Amino acid sequence: MANDPIHQFQISKLVDLNIGGLDVSFTNSSLFMVATAAAASAFLYMTTSNRGMVPSRLQSISEMSYEFVASMLRDAAGTQGMRFFPLVFSLFMFVLVANLFGMFPYFFTVTSHIIVTFMLAMLVIGTVVVYGFMKHGLGFLNLFVPHGVPGVLVPLVVAIEVISFLSRPISLSVRLFANMLAGHITLKVFAGFIVSMSAMGFVGVVGSILPLAMTVALTGLEFLVAFLQAYVFAVLTCMYLNDAIHPGH
Amino acid sequence: MDETTNREDADLARRRASLDAALKVRQSQEAATDQGRAGRDATGYGKALRLSSEFIAGIVVGAGLGWGLDKLAGTAPFGLIAFLLLGFGAGVLNVLRTAGLVQSAAEAQKAERSARK
Repeated sequence: MANDPIHQFQISKLVDLNIGGLDVSFTNSSLFMVATAAAASAFLYMTTSNRGMVPSRLQSISEMSYEFVASMLRDAAGTQGMRFFPLVFSLFMFVLVANLFGMFPYFFTVTSHIIVTFMLAMLVIGTVVVYGFMKHGLGFLNLFVPHGVPGVLVPLVVAIEVISFLSRPISLSVRLFANMLAGHITLKVFAGFIVSMSAMGFVGVVGSILPLAMTVALTGLEFLVAFLQAYVFAVLTCMYLNDAIHPGH
Repeated sequence: MDETTNREDADLARRRASLDAALKVRQSQEAATDQGRAGRDATGYGKALRLSSEFIAGIVVGAGLGWGLDKLAGTAPFGLIAFLLLGFGAGVLNVLRTAGLVQSAAEAQKAERSARK
């Protein structure tokens, strides 16, 4: 049981709730989502509540994350894109804090479940589609018709473009989920090797230094992946929002 | 008196200009090495995962659409065959676009607009 690498992803019900035959129990996943949102908001609120002209260390972390997301959005979608800043910043902070929370031992990694990441991705694509149609009407469909394509090929190209567009939420969610899932399983498997090897006497204990070193290295890598995936998620969100703002006229 | 001040001013301006130039060269070099390092370590791993997920997503969506169409219209298995191929095309397009080898429609139009100006 302790060595089961999948065990860490199990959902357990903390408060059993059942409304009209619908299972809406408060699970450990919900608990960590609430904790993630609360921690992120509390950190940002507390570090910026008594701000000084010369920022303290924590205040400059908040300011750096703001600047980071703001410049990313401005680069990808222009100044018009800044109206989506609250969305992009919330998504970035949620994914980042959820990934980092997952690095604590015994903590649950919210982003290692595909339904969570898929709903985040659908939120992004839903915003793109709704805003695109609201702003440009049917002109939003120009997104699927590249310029300078011979008339015969247009149906084929449009079909491919539409499928490519529909695949965005899937690739966006699968990437985040797969990274977190694979990383945490690898970490657990290598850590499990230490236990099972050191049970085999002196040679095993000496040999278990190898998986221990690997686990330490992987932990570092996982921190990198936690940041990188939050960044990639936010960058792609910006790029997709850019399509909604400028679908080409 | 006036002449010496002028000469000193001109001298100062020249020195500032040369320092500016030296600083700019140095900064651009530092930026280039920083980018190169980040490009090798972090983004290489991220890019590999990104490219593969884009490709697979295209195929999965194509197959899903074809399968759903077959269910609705009862055209099995032709919808699945056709849309799987289209999905393959979309997957390749996704990968090329992610790798920056093909412009997206919006980018192409943006480039066209700026060229026309």
